[in-house]
Amino acid sequence: MTGQPPLLLSCRGLTVSYGKMAAVRGVDLDIRQGEVVTIVGPNGAGKTSLLSALMGLLPCTGAVSYFGGAAGAPPPVETLVAQGVALIPETRELFGPMSVEDNLRLGAFDRWRRGARDLDAMLADVYATFPRLGERRRQEAGTLSGGERQMLAMGRALMGRPRLLMMDEPSLGLAPLIIKEIFRLIASLRERNVAILLVEQNARAALRIADHGYVMETGEFVLQGPTADLIRNDRVIETYLGIAGAEPPPDGR
Amino acid sequence: MSAFIAGYLVQDGLASGALYTLLALAIVLVFALTRVVLIPQGEFVSYAALTYALLIERRTPGTILILLLLIVLTIAVEAGRGLLRGGLRTRLVAALRASVLPLAAAALAYGASLVALPAIAYALVAVVLVAAMGPLLYRLVYEPIAHASVLVLLIVSVALHLVLVELGLFVFGPGGARTEPLIGWSLSLGGVPVAAQSLAIYATSALVVLVLYVLSERTLYGKALRAAAINATGARLMGISAAMAGRIAFLLAAIIGAITGVLVSSVTMIYYDTGFLLGLKGFVAAIMGGLISYPLAAVGAIGLGVMESFAAYFASAFKEAIVFSLIIPILFWRSLATFRLTDDEE
Repeated sequence: MTGQPPLLLSCRGLTVSYGKMAAVRGVDLDIRQGEVVTIVGPNGAGKTSLLSALMGLLPCTGAVSYFGGAAGAPPPVETLVAQGVALIPETRELFGPMSVEDNLRLGAFDRWRRGARDLDAMLADVYATFPRLGERRRQEAGTLSGGERQMLAMGRALMGRPRLLMMDEPSLGLAPLIIKEIFRLIASLRERNVAILLVEQNARAALRIADHGYVMETGEFVLQGPTADLIRNDRVIETYLGIAGAEPPPDGR
Repeated sequence: MSAFIAGYLVQDGLASGALYTLLALAIVLVFALTRVVLIPQGEFVSYAALTYALLIERRTPGTILILLLLIVLTIAVEAGRGLLRGGLRTRLVAALRASVLPLAAAALAYGASLVALPAIAYALVAVVLVAAMGPLLYRLVYEPIAHASVLVLLIVSVALHLVLVELGLFVFGPGGARTEPLIGWSLSLGGVPVAAQSLAIYATSALVVLVLYVLSERTLYGKALRAAAINATGARLMGISAAMAGRIAFLLAAIIGAITGVLVSSVTMIYYDTGFLLGLKGFVAAIMGGLISYPLAAVGAIGLGVMESFAAYFASAFKEAIVFSLIIPILFWRSLATFRLTDDEE
């Protein structure tokens, strides 16, 4: 195993239950430093529940180890944030009545509380990455368009300088042009040495930028492997890539 | 009624209104951050007023005893939880860390009761002593049930209020106390005498409101608290925990209540349970703002104070009844406003 970058997250047998219903059943997942890992799958497969559990927002069973630490139940979300884990939920969870700039500054709240004073430099950096946010820095977050809201959510997460960033459906409900931009940004994060766990319904785009992929169906991983292999897998082509796969399907379906 | 009397009643009502404003703001703040309806807000008022009065007489205030009790309970509860659920060490360290400042406040108050100080210093000590109770009470009572429904939290608030009133009776006794105004003189505004103490009340209230505004608009901690009130999940993802927001909210509420107590003790006789009535009026004002709007709550509180002052002049026997029956038309109006709002959303 020498030469492999260190494990940032490793989970074994993770199960999330709502009452008697298990939304995630015994999932194993590894993310290494500098890696982009994606989980694709249909609606209701348990992807969002899995991310919430890994972020310490949902109770779960199984063993998770962060940054090579001891394996166990995930610690509370505040502890994970302090260790450098960030989650951008599907719902974005912005502070609507507050300005774009205040939203961004709060992204660095935890680091600031522990003594970091680089907020202005970080802000300039985020505005350089997302010029649209700079133009709207005084505007209320609630008045932004869908694409701008996603950029703000990403910028806010970056203000916390995460080592591991989890994103839930960043392209959901956005126009194709904006989706392209969002994925370009995700690819650029890899160069900043941020590991990314990307949950997407847009399997094509996700598999194109990720190194490793998992296919999730009804709470379980049914397939996994390097994305170069997954893209050529018949089942993935048929179910998730459709007509743009290797061959056109026999009928229109 | 002459203009003189009207002027006098207005200046008197404004002073009460300023105090109700402080209490209403504290109640709105705590509700926004924790969903707790802070019925015990008035106990902070009584405790601070009686502590201040005792310190001026150079007697050791029993408030120290209540604070020590809270500290012991906090440590005991954390130890019990640690033994039952594990993590004894971290829990004890956290409890001890949370006890350091309250212990220092208790020591400060004890020391202050032994030496002769100017009244303003005793006032500050009383505020510090009562302020130390806020975060401990949140930790002890509300933090373990932070996810309970608003109704459960309200019932717990009523229970806590009853416990604190009885504790107040135990340490302070049934007697009342009243303090000399910090500033004794008065001046005449257009022929109406205005006590300098009233001016001090206006000024202090305005200052507290200003400080709260600046804290929430200009500091990252203040913005973090606003964020926690706007979107608790989003705030947690930024590392702003609900527990931290709750403790700060209770700290601010205790400070505001204590300042109100010190101010009010020079205006009226304070007993161990007087604070409750004052807190209830702050609550009526907070309801006018729907428990969410600070400006509406402040306007409501000032209106309430002036109205009370006129009611006391014309029908003093019905003073309280008039003030509290206000809540019926307010709730009626709020329910109409809420109805319109849901109508718009559809």
